Amino acid sequence: MSQSHSLSAGARQTLLTLVTVICLAPLVFMVATSLRNPAEYALNPSGLPHSFTVANYAQALFDLPTMRWAMNSLIVSVISVAVSTTIAALASYAVVFGRFRGRSVLVSSSIGFIMVPPVVLLLPMFVVMVNVKLVNTLASVVIFYSCLMVPFAVFFMVNFFRTIPTELIEAAVVDGAGPVRCLWSVVLPLSRAALVTIAIVNVIWAWNELLIALVFLQNEGQRTLMAGMTLLQGRYSTNQPLVLAVATLSILPVAAFYFASQRAFVRGLTAGIGK
Amino acid sequence: MGRSVTLSPTSVHRTAGLTSGSAVRRRRSLWPYWFASPAIAAMGFGFVYPLVSVVRNSLYAGRFSRLDFVGLRNFKILFSDDVFITALTNNLKLLLTVPVMTVLALLIALIFHEGVRGARFHRTAIFIPYILPAVAIGLAFSAFLQFNGGLNAFLRAVGLERLALDWLGSPNLAIWSIGAVVIWQQLGFGVVIFLAALLSLPVEVTEAARIDGVSWWQLQTHVHIPQIRGSIEFFLVTEAITVLSWVFAYVFVLTQGGPSNSSTVMEYYIWKNGFAQGSVGLANAAAMVVLVLAGILIFVYMRLRLRPDEGGAMR
Repeated sequence: MSQSHSLSAGARQTLLTLVTVICLAPLVFMVATSLRNPAEYALNPSGLPHSFTVANYAQALFDLPTMRWAMNSLIVSVISVAVSTTIAALASYAVVFGRFRGRSVLVSSSIGFIMVPPVVLLLPMFVVMVNVKLVNTLASVVIFYSCLMVPFAVFFMVNFFRTIPTELIEAAVVDGAGPVRCLWSVVLPLSRAALVTIAIVNVIWAWNELLIALVFLQNEGQRTLMAGMTLLQGRYSTNQPLVLAVATLSILPVAAFYFASQRAFVRGLTAGIGK
Repeated sequence: MGRSVTLSPTSVHRTAGLTSGSAVRRRRSLWPYWFASPAIAAMGFGFVYPLVSVVRNSLYAGRFSRLDFVGLRNFKILFSDDVFITALTNNLKLLLTVPVMTVLALLIALIFHEGVRGARFHRTAIFIPYILPAVAIGLAFSAFLQFNGGLNAFLRAVGLERLALDWLGSPNLAIWSIGAVVIWQQLGFGVVIFLAALLSLPVEVTEAARIDGVSWWQLQTHVHIPQIRGSIEFFLVTEAITVLSWVFAYVFVLTQGGPSNSSTVMEYYIWKNGFAQGSVGLANAAAMVVLVLAGILIFVYMRLRLRPDEGGAMR
């Protein structure tokens, strides 16, 4: 690569380092503040800390409902991903290997619904949940999240199932397998990568979601971690280190999950974009 | 593997059937309906029903329990409500962050593509904000951007006192501070998408251009960028929808729409009117406005994702 054709290596490295610092600085600030003594922080919020303490984390874990909220978030994320992925796998199998009226409508409406903002759907869904007496239960959020996840899961899995050779299914059918058997024993084992991707993207989405959780779960004990943290923000507005300790705890599972599955995650994000 | 949605002409289970009894055939051709019905029900309940309701309810006013038909009055009130106008204007201001983050992400992706030391570390650092919860990020930034917070401490330390502003407490600045946080979080998404597209380009074209002696700038603008146009369009549309209708958490945590409603957005207006103040009619009418604006973008988005293309969709 001749030098005249490119930005100099030094310039590239400097620019990129600057961007990296800007991306990490607020996170470093968050973690550093969460380790500070609240009284010291109140006196001098911007100064360099004199000492570090893990007392905020102890308080976050043992005195605040952090763990309970995290458990709620986990339950909601895992169940809605399991439900929506099952629903989408069945539909995608029908779309790719079956024939039925409305097949292309199903595919194109999935694509259209992917980007529909939840705020538009919120008011009618709230009325429904009030009427069926599910407001303030985790079930209301699980149901809504599951529905919201279906379109992207269908879009993603339809694209993936298309790459599976039809001959494999035909062979299974000749051997007497029905559609359920073909899906379970032939298609799903071949789609492990797609299933992992869809699960990761959606678990992280559900864990991070605020608006729906905030509206549907109003009892303190029933909140998800995100909705719960907004409560702490008001209640402990004079104790930023404590609030940021909870915030740091809330990003740990997401970050760990991401590092464990980077490739699958990026595959999910770039699915179907082409060039 | 294209991204085009051409459908296979026949059902595997039907054509491969060995018996020709009409009862068997009928049972076989019914299974796709059973398989598709849970998804149809989920999308009907989660999308179609609420969308229809919101359109209808925007013509009604009152409480959740009892709504009266008022025609277009909600919209009249809405558009004469200064708070809503501010909210709409702020969403449009946030749209200006989209070209900024696109250009930045593109530049960074091109730098990665060129090759740098420590690429993996940098890529992870730039991408990580994108997956973190907006609430946690909002909490971190609301401390970081305080008048006495980390950012201003840094600015004062390097002799830029005049730039140490009240980022979240000043009515003129608050929405731009929110916009900056959104750019900070979304940037990594753009970089990943653009880099994936750049890495999938054929090397021969780049080599040919280099042999022809084009400059670095010409190589990017005439060779690389035109080839990843699809990804750029996708990112632009996705982010436009995001800043128009998915920024509630930032506003809620960073400013609560304040000071004095100066940083409110349509989502926050809907939440406040619908759930905090009980003006359901206004909330529904505002939801309609969001729906129409998002709908235009969603239409463009669908065109992009349904368009068959030459390149592979998934790798």
